[in-house]
Amino acid sequence: MRDQPIPRVVSQTLIPFIFVFALYVQFHGDYGPGGGFQAGVIFAAGCILHGIVFGLAELRAAIPPAVVRALAALGLAIYGGCGAAAMAFGRAYLDYAYLAADPAHGRHYGILIVEFGVGVTVAATMLALFYAFADRRGAAEPE
Amino acid sequence: MEAATHVALLALLAAVALVIARTRSVLAAVMLSGIYSFLMASIFLVLDAADVAFTEAAVGAGITTVLGLAALALTADREAPPRRKPWLAFGATAAAGLALLYAMGDAPAVGDANAPAHAHVAPRYLAETPEAIGIPNVVTAVLADYRSFDTLGEAAVIFTAGIGVMLLLGRRRGKRDAADGSAE
Repeated sequence: MRDQPIPRVVSQTLIPFIFVFALYVQFHGDYGPGGGFQAGVIFAAGCILHGIVFGLAELRAAIPPAVVRALAALGLAIYGGCGAAAMAFGRAYLDYAYLAADPAHGRHYGILIVEFGVGVTVAATMLALFYAFADRRGAAEPE
Repeated sequence: MEAATHVALLALLAAVALVIARTRSVLAAVMLSGIYSFLMASIFLVLDAADVAFTEAAVGAGITTVLGLAALALTADREAPPRRKPWLAFGATAAAGLALLYAMGDAPAVGDANAPAHAHVAPRYLAETPEAIGIPNVVTAVLADYRSFDTLGEAAVIFTAGIGVMLLLGRRRGKRDAADGSAE
């Protein structure tokens, strides 16, 4: 699709805004609607749009599948680790109040951290699904 | 006005669902299920559930449609006609629908302040969140703090489902990255 000007120009213009919007949804979920799930999906959609228009090889060079798999696990580890760290401070699992001197601030930071973990896992998993489908198609075609 | 919006959205929803069930074109079914999700998101928005509406629009209409199209490239684009009319499935669906309609009389009205769902822990979350956590979006507070175990479980479910798909579909062809320069 790279040789077709309209998809190329439109997606080139839109993709940066999609990423900024994803970041906004990710880190503004405590004030407005949104959070890790939605942000991860929007971020992955931006990557997939790039892959569809500019070619899978380019997307795979930018975000290698091995990195995607590692990120999917890392996001979950951020979430679980943030919870487990609370136990080191003598609190219950996933009680984030330890993150700041003021318990309310700690819980606020905890929400931001675990939402970030969710966003990383969701974005990476969606990209991994896209890679899996796209790879199958590549395998089905004769060389 | 609000009732008219509800009726219009639900009528469109039913029409789209019927067309999805009847069409034999898989591409049309994928695109229509995206429209179904957008209609559902509109209904959630009319019900003041902005977070749920956002999720439905992003996940249901957005990424599911894209992944559906990606999966479509692996299959035929027309569904084979059924060998016989699925009367048994129709009967079971109709019976379940009628039972739900019958049970609806016992359900509390939409937005009823005395409904069990609003009388249990919700008042505490609403009253406590501004001071105990200090964020305005109580939905986020419930998801990521009060019900943090649930959300951790959901993230684990997504991760596990992704692993399953990768094991089933991925890594079957070794180093052939040069073979697919373009995804069309």
